[in-house]
Amino acid sequence: MSVDKDTVNKIARLSRIAISDAEADKMVGELNGILAWVEQLGEVDVSGVEPMTAVIPNKLRLRDDVVTDGDVRDKVLANAPAKEGSFFGVPKVIE
Amino acid sequence: MTDFSRLGVAAIRDGVAKGDFKAVEVAEALNARVAAAKALNAFIVETPEKAIAAAQAVDADRAAGTPLGKMAGVPIGMKDLFCTEGVQTTAASHILEGFVPTYESTVSANLWKAGAGMLGKLNMDQFAMGSSNETSYFGNVISPWRRNDGGNAALAPGGSSGGSSSAIAARLCPAATGTDTGGSIRQPAAFVGISGIKPTYGRCSRWGVVAFASSLDQAGPMARDVRDCAIMLEAMAGFDPKDSTSLDLPVPAWEAGLNSDLKGKRIGIPKEYRLDGIDADIAKMWDNGIAWLKDAGAEIVDISLPHTQYALPAYYIIAPAEASSNLARYDGVRFGLRDLPEGAGLQDMYAATRAAGFGEEVRRRIMIGTYVLSAGFYDAYYTQAQKVRALIARDFDNAWASCDLILAPTAPSAAFGLGEKTSDPLSMYLNDVFAVPASLAGLPAMSVPGGLSKEGLPLGLQIIGKALDEQAVLNAGLAIEQRSGFTAEAGEWW
Repeated sequence: MSVDKDTVNKIARLSRIAISDAEADKMVGELNGILAWVEQLGEVDVSGVEPMTAVIPNKLRLRDDVVTDGDVRDKVLANAPAKEGSFFGVPKVIE
Repeated sequence: MTDFSRLGVAAIRDGVAKGDFKAVEVAEALNARVAAAKALNAFIVETPEKAIAAAQAVDADRAAGTPLGKMAGVPIGMKDLFCTEGVQTTAASHILEGFVPTYESTVSANLWKAGAGMLGKLNMDQFAMGSSNETSYFGNVISPWRRNDGGNAALAPGGSSGGSSSAIAARLCPAATGTDTGGSIRQPAAFVGISGIKPTYGRCSRWGVVAFASSLDQAGPMARDVRDCAIMLEAMAGFDPKDSTSLDLPVPAWEAGLNSDLKGKRIGIPKEYRLDGIDADIAKMWDNGIAWLKDAGAEIVDISLPHTQYALPAYYIIAPAEASSNLARYDGVRFGLRDLPEGAGLQDMYAATRAAGFGEEVRRRIMIGTYVLSAGFYDAYYTQAQKVRALIARDFDNAWASCDLILAPTAPSAAFGLGEKTSDPLSMYLNDVFAVPASLAGLPAMSVPGGLSKEGLPLGLQIIGKALDEQAVLNAGLAIEQRSGFTAEAGEWW
């Protein structure tokens, strides 16, 4: 499988990363180089093998359903690039 | 007068405990060395006041007769991937420049509780993506080592924990934290002639560590000898309910358990690691390592890890896939950089912010990860890679039937020059060929110095152990350390 420039632009859109035309051209070659190299995984016989989900067998724990955190609004907002009052500020999304 | 830069973790801890010197004296001496080593660019932020405050607390505790912690009085460097409350944490990325966490990572909190102090935040590859520390937004870290050809070519300190490796080898700090996703503790340790261990996945909490690939990320110590690694790993490790993959197990007394007598231990030598065209210096060091372990009483056995060659391509699907998901959080809304072009809407703001904030390698990996997870390609790439990963883990399980530990080189070469591999991402990726399999299988693995190359540069030997058997890994590391006679260090040119 190889990617063309349209695909690179689509991946960039999905990734929410703006790229220029020149960057897209460069990325076509780089991604194809890397993808051609990972293609070799296709030659491995994986019949009957389950995909790994946990590297060390470890059951996900459930904790008691109690409040253990919170009341830290100012801390949560401390690093916001544009806060408005007690909210995160974003550009207008509804006309 | 004691040259505190020559003391390791154990020597500082014991000297402070005995009253041979004050913790504050050590902190002052190392603060001065950090300040005088700007040419290495090992630190992004220096925190001399934190080092002094921690040392004063230890000195006060000692005066009051309060029991001292495992790392009492030891100033360390903190990789800039660990969130530190009130101190900028960037993962060496522009997108987090100016981010000041309002909380402390579990691992760093454990270290401060044990009496360690912070000299500063160490430079690294951006989001831990890199093997040479050339992807940092804050500039390359320079290795203190130089080739013996009389040239002054700047060499890579390895990566991603390159600030850690450079600072320890230059004796700016006795030890530092590292993180290892696909070799990021072991390869830099090998490149500068120090030791470093990645414990079993789940030993050290990931809480508060900036995430790269969550199923692989694991913190560990880097230091100038094996004992110091054991001490620091004890202080870092432990169950943390805030990390869902943290192992709920007691922390073994690794330092007290150190024993370099390897009688009864079987050391596996994987034939697949002996690549065609293997570097002659690397092959010779590996043979020396085998002889040293034999001398320590171990039995050497040939083993096969048949899927080794597929580890790296599987890694370069799995790690970018996880990264593309983890790094979705950098949106210019809640923290970090925001780039809002005139008149832009929300979607344009996301795209502009991420283009401006992420470095080239980070953007490349996010896009690869996005592609392999996208509709129509998920099974062909991601599911296939996770199946191959299961086979790689099975290879190790099978090997443990005939051996207790595995010995291999850490990296395929000595340190390379800055800029030598940056034009070709693939050739950079190949540097982690020996380190990645243990990462994919979640196994403890350590690098210890194994000798020098023809150019006079350090080479590392890697020991891989069974899950949870860090003790055996450390013990074999100690046996090598006692026999290798590795005392070389970088000349102080900076």
